[in-house]
Amino acid sequence: MNDIAGVVPMSKQIPIAEGLFTWPAEKPALLGSRCKSCGIAAFPVAESCMACSGQDIAVEALPTRGTLWTWTVQQFMPKPPYHSNETAETFRPYGVGYLELPGGVRVEGRLTENDPEKLHIGMEMDVIFDTWRVEENGDEVISFFFQPVANSGQEA
Amino acid sequence: MDVAIVGIGIHPFGRTPARSGLQQGAYAARLALKDAGVEWRDIQFAYGGSASAGNADALGNELGLTGIPFINVANGCATGGSSLMAAYNAIKSGEHDLGLVAGFDKHDRGAFNADPLALGLGQWYGEVGLMMTTQFFAMKIQKYMHDYGISADTLARVAEKAFINGSLNPNAWRREPVSAEQVASSMMVNDPLTKFMFCSPAEGGVALVLCRADKAKNYCASPVYLKSAVLKSRRFGSFEVFAPSQALQQVDGPTVDASKAAFEMAGVGPGDIDLSQLQDTESGAEIMHMAENGFCEHGEQEHLIATGATRIGGSMPINTDGGCLANGEPIGASGLRQVYENVLQLRGDAGEHQVPGEPRLGYTHVYGAPGISAVTILQR
Ligand SMILES: [Zn+2]
Repeated sequence: MNDIAGVVPMSKQIPIAEGLFTWPAEKPALLGSRCKSCGIAAFPVAESCMACSGQDIAVEALPTRGTLWTWTVQQFMPKPPYHSNETAETFRPYGVGYLELPGGVRVEGRLTENDPEKLHIGMEMDVIFDTWRVEENGDEVISFFFQPVANSGQEA
Repeated sequence: MDVAIVGIGIHPFGRTPARSGLQQGAYAARLALKDAGVEWRDIQFAYGGSASAGNADALGNELGLTGIPFINVANGCATGGSSLMAAYNAIKSGEHDLGLVAGFDKHDRGAFNADPLALGLGQWYGEVGLMMTTQFFAMKIQKYMHDYGISADTLARVAEKAFINGSLNPNAWRREPVSAEQVASSMMVNDPLTKFMFCSPAEGGVALVLCRADKAKNYCASPVYLKSAVLKSRRFGSFEVFAPSQALQQVDGPTVDASKAAFEMAGVGPGDIDLSQLQDTESGAEIMHMAENGFCEHGEQEHLIATGATRIGGSMPINTDGGCLANGEPIGASGLRQVYENVLQLRGDAGEHQVPGEPRLGYTHVYGAPGISAVTILQR
């Protein structure tokens, strides 16, 4: 396969932003920063701490499973800077939520589920990485999404 | 030195194709000057702002170039509140005796476009569809409803009340009542908020003339005194708009901080307030801001709103001019509209939307991205 890569141009998978998550990686994860002075974590990686103004920061991989803290469904297509492969005709409403990652932070992201009946506060979700859009040259832009854990549908 | 408001002017909110935003600001400024019985050349300083309709100091081209310090203010939805606070401090410090505050705007239709880079965020945040203020408000009220037992009916009643009040206010944009059923069944925008639960970008202008309290009676038979004007920004840990992440441990937001400081400065408490204008860019915001400003406990809104407490004749009238929901949100003018409305009410000049019982203390509150709040307390 690698040998014929030069014949047919191969599409690449590129992360939507450098340093947002580990990529490529066998088990990709969001990257956060943790302040060495006060222990507060942030996403995305920040060079200084918003809690204590400290500048001694360590980068760490954030947990890949958490609980949904709150959510909504975006029912209409946003204007730019929104940048997807969708058109007004193909746009599908999408879920948005904050996922509480244990010991870390609450991270905002798109949900793979857009049915309000299937979303509720407290449900477990995994952080997954998938193609967000395909560029004209065929490159796949990878972003992160929150996906309900199978069978975690019932709120306690 | 205490500070008084001795002149108020407004250009009707909504859509006015024949006038630019700046012209709407000038219209309001001329009315405010006339109301105070002063000329533009008497004004010693001015603060003003507009988000989409040019620099406020271009008002000089309309009103006359007099050489005064005119400072442009840009602070999102809290632009008017910030201008007012700055003018308040300029008089309180003794630096000036008489000044003007103006705000105007003219926005395109549809939701506001926000630029991630301007707010210190990565471009990716906007590309994947997270750069939407409406999502934040929806997620905040979603969590709030879950935690404090607020129902979707209550969201609809807030909008219904706003449109009733708007129908009584000749300067409002939306002047037709809309029933709670119509509000609830309108198109879902960001669950749980429907189309009629959101305000829209709009146009309008407001201006105020401020002076030293000891000279107020020279200009105005019924001056209204600015007992406090406070602006706060977010502290670490508060849940705010345009936040890719937030801390696990939450602290009070800037509204709570500004409210507490304003009450302390004025030497009064929430129970003393006769009417308030609370930022209602959507229905949920008004509900949450009731508690954040100290007017009730979290969760009490469900009962208060169901029993009509927040209506004009109720025990705590809120957004008596129809608020952002019925007036739309011309960003530069919106916060000053609240102050205009309270002055009108405290003078007893609000006509059909007048709060009964000769109100004495009025409260205003605005909230803006990415986490700022401005509060004023006015006293007759
Ligand atoms: Zn720190």
